[in-house]
Amino acid sequence: MSESLNDVEHLACDVLIIGAGGAGLRAAVEARLAGKSVIVISKSLFGKAHTVMAEGGAAAAMGNVNSKDSWQVHFRDTMRGGKFLNNYRMAELHAQEAPARIWELETYGALFDRTPDGKISQRNFGGHEYPRLAHVGDRTGLELIRTLQQKLVSLQQDDEAAGEGEEKLQVIDETTVTELFVEGGAVKGAFGYRRNTGRFMAIAAPSIVLATGGIGRSFKVTSNSWEYTGDGHALALRAGASLINMEFIQFHPTGMVWPPSVRGILVTESVRGDGGVLKNSEGKRFMFDYIPEVFKAQYADNPDEGDRWYTDPDTNRRPPELLPRDEVARAINSEVKAGRGSEHGGVYLDIASRRSAEYIRKKLPSMYHQFKELADVDITVEPMEVGPTCHYIMGGIEVDAETTVSKVEGLFAAGEVSGGMHGSNRLGGNSLSDLLVFGKRAGEYAAERASTVEPPKLTDAELTAAAADALRPFENDGENPFELQAAMQAINGRLVGIIRRSGELEEALEELEALRPRIEAVSATGGRAYNPGWHLALDLRNMLLCSIATAKAALERDESRGGHTREDAPGLDPQWRKTNLVAELDGESIALRRQPVPTMTPELLGLFETTELAKYMTPEEYQASSTEEGQEESE
Amino acid sequence: MTTTEDTAVSPPPRAAITPRNLRTDSWMRGPILTVVGITIWVVYATFRVFYQGDYWVPDYHYLTPFYSPCVSEGCIPDSAHFGRFLPDSPLIPYAAVSLPFLLAFRLTCYYYRKAYYRSFWLSPPACAVPDGHAKYTGETRFPLVGQNLHRYFFYAAFLISVINTYDAILAFHSPEGFGFGLGNLVLLANVVLLWCYTFGCHSCRHVMGGRLKHFSKHPIRYRLWTISSALNNRHMMWAWITLASLALTDFYVMSVAAGWIDDLRFVN
Amino acid sequence: MSTRTFQVWRGDADGGDFDEYDVEVNEGEVILDVVHRIQAEQAPDLAVRWNCKAGKCGSCSAEVNGMPRLMCMTRMNLFEESETVTITPLRTFPVVRDLVTDVSFNYEKAREMPAFRPPADVKPGEYRMSQVDVERSQEFRKCIECFLCQNTCHVVRDHEDNKEPFSGPRLFIRAAELDMHPLDDRDDRRDQAQDEQGLGYCNITKCCTEVCPEHIHITDNAIIPMKERIAGDRYDPLVWLGRKIFRKGKRPEDTTAAQTKTE
Repeated sequence: MSESLNDVEHLACDVLIIGAGGAGLRAAVEARLAGKSVIVISKSLFGKAHTVMAEGGAAAAMGNVNSKDSWQVHFRDTMRGGKFLNNYRMAELHAQEAPARIWELETYGALFDRTPDGKISQRNFGGHEYPRLAHVGDRTGLELIRTLQQKLVSLQQDDEAAGEGEEKLQVIDETTVTELFVEGGAVKGAFGYRRNTGRFMAIAAPSIVLATGGIGRSFKVTSNSWEYTGDGHALALRAGASLINMEFIQFHPTGMVWPPSVRGILVTESVRGDGGVLKNSEGKRFMFDYIPEVFKAQYADNPDEGDRWYTDPDTNRRPPELLPRDEVARAINSEVKAGRGSEHGGVYLDIASRRSAEYIRKKLPSMYHQFKELADVDITVEPMEVGPTCHYIMGGIEVDAETTVSKVEGLFAAGEVSGGMHGSNRLGGNSLSDLLVFGKRAGEYAAERASTVEPPKLTDAELTAAAADALRPFENDGENPFELQAAMQAINGRLVGIIRRSGELEEALEELEALRPRIEAVSATGGRAYNPGWHLALDLRNMLLCSIATAKAALERDESRGGHTREDAPGLDPQWRKTNLVAELDGESIALRRQPVPTMTPELLGLFETTELAKYMTPEEYQASSTEEGQEESE
Repeated sequence: MTTTEDTAVSPPPRAAITPRNLRTDSWMRGPILTVVGITIWVVYATFRVFYQGDYWVPDYHYLTPFYSPCVSEGCIPDSAHFGRFLPDSPLIPYAAVSLPFLLAFRLTCYYYRKAYYRSFWLSPPACAVPDGHAKYTGETRFPLVGQNLHRYFFYAAFLISVINTYDAILAFHSPEGFGFGLGNLVLLANVVLLWCYTFGCHSCRHVMGGRLKHFSKHPIRYRLWTISSALNNRHMMWAWITLASLALTDFYVMSVAAGWIDDLRFVN
Repeated sequence: MSTRTFQVWRGDADGGDFDEYDVEVNEGEVILDVVHRIQAEQAPDLAVRWNCKAGKCGSCSAEVNGMPRLMCMTRMNLFEESETVTITPLRTFPVVRDLVTDVSFNYEKAREMPAFRPPADVKPGEYRMSQVDVERSQEFRKCIECFLCQNTCHVVRDHEDNKEPFSGPRLFIRAAELDMHPLDDRDDRRDQAQDEQGLGYCNITKCCTEVCPEHIHITDNAIIPMKERIAGDRYDPLVWLGRKIFRKGKRPEDTTAAQTKTE
């Protein structure tokens, strides 16, 4: 038994995709359609990826509800939301290609909610000027993942019908990748284990797409599942790629706060988009007190105008409950700190007093269900208690905007694991469209590269080393991995959370460094078959690496922007707007370097009023008449 | 294909959990109540159907639904609205043209199927409680494949409900002409409940609009489907209520016809 | 807070038994919290499958006191404080270890289900569908694939040999979803359901609906409508009689398929 257990299963393919969420599956579809053989590695079961948690919708300027919408407006909203730190080219491609990516899903069988004239309905969301989110009730992520899952199955059926072998498109579920193999600056394969049996697997592939999602599990209060341990971020770092913008973490303003066991679980932004308002313990609708200068022009300053906007968005400004997420999360944080919080340390999100019970059940079925079953609260009668929860990391692998390739040849990244697109803060609804747009691009360019290079070979030495590495926890005599995880979550939650200070960040770095030897010595008991303790032991080092990158970057950036708020450095600093922080691995430790943010083309700059640009940029930036070429509109 | 590693030769073993079921709630209650309820009803109905008496109140034209339409040569002429053509025999119920269809309608009803498969047939007695049988082929072969005929029994039951309604209207009668008594309310209530059951039947729901692919092109049928669906939501409730209302209506007519009680008259 | 007793089945394909754990339970907790606490404090290698812990992904299916449930949606206040609660893996599927089972049966059946076929003459972006027309299918697309229905269905739960011909409720709602999809271009969904998926095995005892955490009306809105559609295609006595009399030798579905096309 033990001999066969140590046998490594050898596989090979043209395009290896690590991660079976929206981005990974979309990449798989594209790569397979390009004729390549594809393997998708899924950490959990097929179709369970974190994408299912996305509720609100997928942003795409289709203009079905308000015909004034266009990719330019979407681009503008995305840049504003990201406080102009975005990789403008990614934001531009995203805004241009999102509608086509959504329409494509309909040809795979997706059933979005409809407008009266039969088009895809679009809903309002924080930071989006027009109703823009294609949605299915409040379970859009599920629709997306199921649609892509079924598309993959249909491609497999096509292969079968065409007499192609099953190896053309395989989904290997419940498998975790622990190592990437690199030779001569290019990736050539991956190593991992099947959870079910604990047996090892090595896959040789000239192109690898990382689509592993985020890092949220390193935080105590989080809306993310156990899978979100920053595997892709860490694999990329160890393979020689760089991470960008790691200091920017989005805390979703509305997570559940009670009961404790569900703390952090998401309450969709659609509650606010469909009429819900935030109130403090005094019953005051407090968001009107928190409209920042840069958004004053777009948001209503009194409840009457805000309420009129739901029915007449053309002549009224939107209510401040729909400010970008970072603003709302900070406002809630301040209210609670000022002692005006709810019983369990949140604020109230009230839709019951503003919409009919029938409307709420129709528009927000899974929220109704979630509160009823988990908190025993009927949201058609009572307000919900909500507070900020760690939700999304804007930072991630630094990639080329067009091809999604990282610094390492053959290593691509798409979805949450990649960085740059969202700048310092992501707008709700932009992640689903992001993973479709860049998932497709990753698949396309990964397939293209696979056509140009020879199939790589993995050496026995590499495999033996990777196997020994993965088995180390069984020989160690250290701590229980669950305790270490709790310790790390506590550090991040306490010191690297929504409001940060330099002293605390230094403290966090010290404490995280102190965890390093403990994590290296972490031990696993029991056998190799489906052993969660062992799995977590291996994930911990990835979580640690990401946590250190985040804390380091957060300490370095002494300004407040989007998903990074420094109490000791409030406000935007136009100098910092020009700078990205890039993290790389230097031996065992994380090295940071500053890098200029790509400059927007004059055409794109022209989409904004100068008065608005002046709030973010230095005068020479927006006045300079750049000589860069105009952008071609792709697709 | 999703490759989840093959672990053994087929069929791979399930978890070896010794107790055959671990439910701690009173899962036996449902099947027991069903058996008791249905048995009592069947005994009563059988007795009444072959009793061949006390089914008609001549003064008020009350006809029990168990004898409608009364088509045997043994029927009292006034009660036979549709002629008398069946031979009079103690083995042939007076309403022998309708009863088999009504029985078949209820036997093949999707709700009753659930009820008796679970209770009488223990297949399964309750969720996550083992099936009482070693082999199972469901409704794939004779005779159970016949359950697919439900729709056609529904058509018959629909006609019979029309006849029952007709009976209830004719019953507004007294020796003076028009009349109205408690019996009318009973007959009427029974007919309304029968319609709730019949119109909410799964087959009816299909016929009304369920078979359509595009509701938007058939607004009236969509509306009918919506109503049928609303009733269908409570199909189990209507199924039991109509069993009770049928028996009670019959019992009321029998009591008046036999002279055990007097009908409470509101008009004439 | 109180300490309660749990019986958790532990083992693998070679056998296993119940292990007893005394665990602290706090207000508002669910079974999955308890399992996690056992894992963190008493048995780090206790195998359990979970992801979102919010009833959205359908990973943590198991049986609690004998009833198939999502562990993350089973609140502890459902049970008496003195009650010993049993937690067991799904019975219908092969066990991997402890509370984890091999659910590949469901993926294999999904693999056999013909995919959505887009209409040939409609380009992406030009799909037009009414809300009332998509609503029925949307209900089935709420499915989170927890496979509790598949696990509960006695057709396969109690009869291993039926796994071959029977696809189960999860796939029946998929068949209904596609048959009711306003733009699906295939017209053989019903034949597929009856002949390939074994819809006829279902005796509508409704346990699938009873355990569905998404409250999808599996039986009333998918299985029965499909049975009715098939009844129209195949079991119409008039059509059958007509065939007997005229001996056209035509299969009933050929004639009725043409009829239903003209609806």
